[in-house]
Amino acid sequence: MLRIEKIHKSFGNFVAVNGASLTVGKGELVAVIGPNGAGKTTLFNLITGQLKPDRGKVLFNDEDMTKLPTYHICRKGIARSFQIANIFHRLTVFRNVQVSVLSEQGKSNKLFSPAHNIAVEETNRILESVGLLENAENIAGSLSYGDQRILEIAIALGNEPELLILDEPTAGMSPEETAATMALIKTLAETRGLTILFCEHDMDVVFNTAQSIMVMHYGRTIVQAKPEEVKANSQVQEAYLGGENA
Amino acid sequence: MTMKNRFKSFVPYGVILVVLLFLPPVIPRFYTYILTSIFVTALLAMSLNVVVGHGGLFQFHHAAFYGVGAYTFALILTKTSLPIWVGFVAGPVAAAMAGLLVGWFCVRLTRLYFGMLQISLGSLIWAIAFRWYSLTGGDDGIHGVPVPDFVSSSTSAYYFILILLTICLVVMYLILRSPFGMTLQAIRDNPERCEAVGINVRRHQLLGIVIATFFAGVAGVLFVVLERSVFPDLLFWVLSLEIFIMCLLGGWFTFAGPILGAAITVSLRTFVGIYTEYWTLILGVMLILLIFFLPEGVMGFITEKFGARPERVYQER
Repeated sequence: MLRIEKIHKSFGNFVAVNGASLTVGKGELVAVIGPNGAGKTTLFNLITGQLKPDRGKVLFNDEDMTKLPTYHICRKGIARSFQIANIFHRLTVFRNVQVSVLSEQGKSNKLFSPAHNIAVEETNRILESVGLLENAENIAGSLSYGDQRILEIAIALGNEPELLILDEPTAGMSPEETAATMALIKTLAETRGLTILFCEHDMDVVFNTAQSIMVMHYGRTIVQAKPEEVKANSQVQEAYLGGENA
Repeated sequence: MTMKNRFKSFVPYGVILVVLLFLPPVIPRFYTYILTSIFVTALLAMSLNVVVGHGGLFQFHHAAFYGVGAYTFALILTKTSLPIWVGFVAGPVAAAMAGLLVGWFCVRLTRLYFGMLQISLGSLIWAIAFRWYSLTGGDDGIHGVPVPDFVSSSTSAYYFILILLTICLVVMYLILRSPFGMTLQAIRDNPERCEAVGINVRRHQLLGIVIATFFAGVAGVLFVVLERSVFPDLLFWVLSLEIFIMCLLGGWFTFAGPILGAAITVSLRTFVGIYTEYWTLILGVMLILLIFFLPEGVMGFITEKFGARPERVYQER
């Protein structure tokens, strides 16, 4: 479904992504791992158009996404969450999700009908599926950090994506929150038939959840394979698992 | 909010409107004039707040569009024999078109750069009005615009402008509560996230500017109805700054705040201006106090103190 071919991105002299490649098949749960600064977030930003690659291609359902603006890529069916909680702090939890539902339904430009009657059911359904329904009328900025990260995922779900990209969905969470979040992600993938691409620091989480793992190091793809094969790979052990990060 | 609550929150506005409707026969003509002047300024400030408070855009030269509306109306009434309604329509439409043109360039930039480009382009429009003597009368402006009979007395102008102001406010309120308005506020809070949920942020902001400048054009037309003249000061950057301050003063995250800001500013100019030409000094001191003690503006302060937040378009904070 998603294919990235030898993509490059540098900032000045610093090469952040140096010919990384990645394949995500329909319905898969794919993880990207790598030490800090390996270029994981940059790679995600290249996929969803926040950054434009210097070279290489992003193909989604065999369509070239490389030149499209962010909002257009989203409309093609790729939604994402961000590494830091990137929500609408001043709006209620409900409104946060409603913004993306309205966008998905092409109603963001409706001028005169009151917003509080539109897309209510869909929004509530999403909030229910992530367990935030009781917080619907709270101001998003007042949620706990863990809940803000969940809200982040809920916003992305509002776009009814085919492919959901999660940038370190459990960063900054307690072990309990992490377990709950990963369980939620698995459930979402199963019930909604979502394809999910995520990156993560916690190795246990990755090896327990992902069906395919891509290892990045210095902006390069070392390998992409099934978890057991990645574990066995000597290059990976040298670069990452065997190093101080293990 | 339940239906009943929502209805209740409109009651104070209804009361104010009724009081305003009965005022002209009982107050001196001078006060009728001042109130009318406040109405026009309030509409101008409200139109600016659509993009400043609710859209988070640095619309630094909003007066330019007010002037375009006023000049268009005045020129059609003095230089052409077109029917009067053409003028009423053309003023706001011309302002909105100027807004589209200037906004088209501005939305490509962000924050301060947006504001700086807008000051330059707006000043360009001012320069045209200031220099093009044969058309605009240059720094003299155009005086004695023949306004139609139904607004020729100060009382009829008062009612006409009050009614148009009310209509415009209702329309603005509807727009800000619509999905469009909600999305505009989401963009203010987090443009990057909006882009990532599939919203064409630039186009959305541009539409916001067109709407805001349209209402600025309506205010411009109403200014001519009241004053029967136009002059380049209408589109000078000093006025832009003044209405920006009105939004801050009244409370730019509230719906009706700018009206209050406009009322305060116009009253100060009128009543303190009698004693000293340095009335802006008082305005400046007030602004300093405001920044320190009422960062959400007067209206923001009132709504916070008295619990209910009827005019907050969306609960913010």
